[in-house]
Amino acid sequence: MIEPTTPDPFPDLHPALDSQSAVAEANRCLFCFDAPCTAACPTHIDVPRFIRKISTGNLRGSAATILNANILGLSCSRVCPVQVLCEGACVMHRYNRKPIEIGRLQRYAMEEAPGVRPATPASSLIFKVACIGGGPASLACAAELRKHGVSVTVFDNRPLPGGLNTYGVAQYKLRPRESLKEVEMVRSMGVDFRRAEVGGTVALADLEREFDFLFVGIGLGAMERLGIPGEDLPGVLDALRFIERYKTLPDVRVGRCVIVIGGGNTAIDAANAAVRLGAQDVHLFYRRTEREMPAFSFEFDHSKVEGVRFHWLSQPVAIVEREGRAAGVRFARTSLGEPDARGRRRAVPLPNSEYEVECDMVIPALGQSRLTAALDLECSASAILIDRATGRTSNPKYYAGGDCVNGGREVVDAVADGKRAAIGILKQFGGIAHNG
Amino acid sequence: MANLATNFAGIRCPNPFWLASGPPANCGDQVMRAFDAGWGGAVWKTIGEPIVNVSSRYSSVDWNGQRMMGLNNIELITDRPLETNLREIAAVKKMYPDHAVIASLMVESKREAWHEIVRRTEDAGVDGLELNFGCPHGMSERGMGSAVGQVPEYSCMITGWVKEVARTPVLVKLTPNVTDIRSVARAARRGGADALSAINTINSITGIDLDTFIPRPNVGGLSSHGGYCGPAVKPIALNLVQQICADAEIGLPVSGIGGIGSWRDAAEFILLGCGSVQVCTAVMHYGFRIVEDMIDGLSNWMDEKGFHAIGDFRGLSLPKIAEWKHLDLNYKIVARIDRDKCIGCDLCYIACWDGAHQCIHIEGHHVPESLEAASRARVAVTPIATLDRTRDAKPETPSRRIPRVDEAACVGCNLCWLVCPVENCIRMERVETGRPPESWAQRAG
Repeated sequence: MIEPTTPDPFPDLHPALDSQSAVAEANRCLFCFDAPCTAACPTHIDVPRFIRKISTGNLRGSAATILNANILGLSCSRVCPVQVLCEGACVMHRYNRKPIEIGRLQRYAMEEAPGVRPATPASSLIFKVACIGGGPASLACAAELRKHGVSVTVFDNRPLPGGLNTYGVAQYKLRPRESLKEVEMVRSMGVDFRRAEVGGTVALADLEREFDFLFVGIGLGAMERLGIPGEDLPGVLDALRFIERYKTLPDVRVGRCVIVIGGGNTAIDAANAAVRLGAQDVHLFYRRTEREMPAFSFEFDHSKVEGVRFHWLSQPVAIVEREGRAAGVRFARTSLGEPDARGRRRAVPLPNSEYEVECDMVIPALGQSRLTAALDLECSASAILIDRATGRTSNPKYYAGGDCVNGGREVVDAVADGKRAAIGILKQFGGIAHNG
Repeated sequence: MANLATNFAGIRCPNPFWLASGPPANCGDQVMRAFDAGWGGAVWKTIGEPIVNVSSRYSSVDWNGQRMMGLNNIELITDRPLETNLREIAAVKKMYPDHAVIASLMVESKREAWHEIVRRTEDAGVDGLELNFGCPHGMSERGMGSAVGQVPEYSCMITGWVKEVARTPVLVKLTPNVTDIRSVARAARRGGADALSAINTINSITGIDLDTFIPRPNVGGLSSHGGYCGPAVKPIALNLVQQICADAEIGLPVSGIGGIGSWRDAAEFILLGCGSVQVCTAVMHYGFRIVEDMIDGLSNWMDEKGFHAIGDFRGLSLPKIAEWKHLDLNYKIVARIDRDKCIGCDLCYIACWDGAHQCIHIEGHHVPESLEAASRARVAVTPIATLDRTRDAKPETPSRRIPRVDEAACVGCNLCWLVCPVENCIRMERVETGRPPESWAQRAG
């Protein structure tokens, strides 16, 4: 008997290219010298080179070109905001033409040449590195080190490695199985994965003894709290936990009417997911206006098409409780005041402007807090301080990268950080070996 | 409105566009549909002793995502009975008396065989004959086609046999697969030919299947060299046509063939001296309908240039081709880049460095490798509104990507202008050298 199947609520946002359209698109590429797309990519993937290889049918070479620069080339091809990176830098913009669809071509190369992975040397370098955290930064650092024969162990405290790539990316962009495929590739390069809470089941001091270098790729902590009454009521679930839940648990239910609070990309991901999971009304409230919204403009445009309704200049004051559950949100209207340190105008609540909106689910999405790890490293207010070129922290045994140093950027930034740190470690080791 | 009416060596037709002898002119039905579409004439697919063909027969070269830059075939002459072809020729001529029907002929190299085929096709009512001395595959192994066209004496002799009985103009179709096409053209002239057609297809192997190692087209695991045609061969055809048309000893009308698919191609062949042009591959690719724009485009261009008839511009470009030794050594042009149009692809820069004379530069870099290394060393991040001060997106090209030409070192080779993807961004402009014109011939005395 055939099982009745429900349609997938999260089909790919951008469909894959077929071979003929991939070659046609590849042939549009001008093959710029010192290409701006390559310079714009945080991992500096040689874009014209991998595209040319698609046009000649050298898909293994194309995939290898991508992976050598960016070990998470598959997930990046799906989750990168290419509009502000490679495709945004494409010279075609200045030529009144559509930029080359670099993201889709990269996905084509990665999917059509499975099994390609960077070569690892037979003999190992005689030092060991521990990567703390199993997300994109650590994976990139580990892979780069393995390419040079370093022995690497990744410590992750979650059931599945991959970090936000596994747990935090909108489903129509990347599924956990794709993320885990990349984890498996890194594992196949000889990286050891251990599930352990560093500072908990494994003591930091033990790691310091066992390993020559430690790479910190712990990401950010839980989402910031709203700091208003009713925040802990049933029916309130922050965006990251909501996304993690629907990606990993079957039959996640959303309310009929969902309120998302926040104006970032994660807020938008959560709002879109709520629509696709069956909510009838999804409202996103932001305390500033469309102009100040931190989300990428293309994400905002896409979300409107999904059916999310946007409300500006409203700041939550309290979650309304009815029968022990969240039943609405009370907002105050705001106006925009003086610009803050980053040049964004502050939202100032207006007196006597409160109003209430009914709902049966509230999803706050205010950004993530800094992880307060028991690390004795110099930090700024929001991040671990490093030397940008090498990823080295204030303690020369420690390197760091990803969200915990860059404050929460994209997967590709984490990969670039991890890769730079690996090269920094190799250089430092080489220096030590040379001097010693 | 320009008058395209053509009189080619006594063959009259409404315009100079003829179907070349080949698959599009295989039968009466095709030729009549072609005439309905606007074609001025047709050279019937070569008539002779019917042959047996193989399958497959064609292969092509694609380029940069475009189909059929060049086409190759191993098809032989007609596989239809002689009587059928003659009956259909007669029917076409009856229905289309004002259009030109030329019979392409190929029989074994015997005087009687040629006499007979000439008589029979002329009796069917053709306006002219084209002797196929050019087919480079299959038939040449049997002593026909290019086996004749590659030996001036044979070409002269068989042309002579044909002329002994022919009442209509006789064209000799030349093969490009010779060292000097003029020697065969001169031989045809000596044999009494009234006109020439050039070029027939070029010997070719188009490509090899990298999985089976069998070249294309694949006939049961084997391939054979074929004849190459289509857009890729046009420059070769133009060169050979020019050699023939510029040769005082030959002095015959030439019907141009080789990669013609548009009115622009046709105009170029006519500017080099052709009196009519023949088309095959473009019709095989897109159908008879392409002739509409060939007529329309050529007429509009002629109107624009003030030409009333084909004869007004035929051969105009011939005097503009000279031997290298007569070129002016003191004529100098240099590349100039329009900074407002430049999109920063830097293709001109790398082309000049790796493929030419190292005279296009990017500020601050001695060699391309240092430019690339600097870009790769730059730390790039995704711009995030909450983390970065908003940067204004600048649509214009950053000045560090706009190359600069060292005009003193520029040799005026044209390469940068050729590779630049943006129209009119690079212009080659004349600079005064202050020296009078002087050719190598003059300098060497």
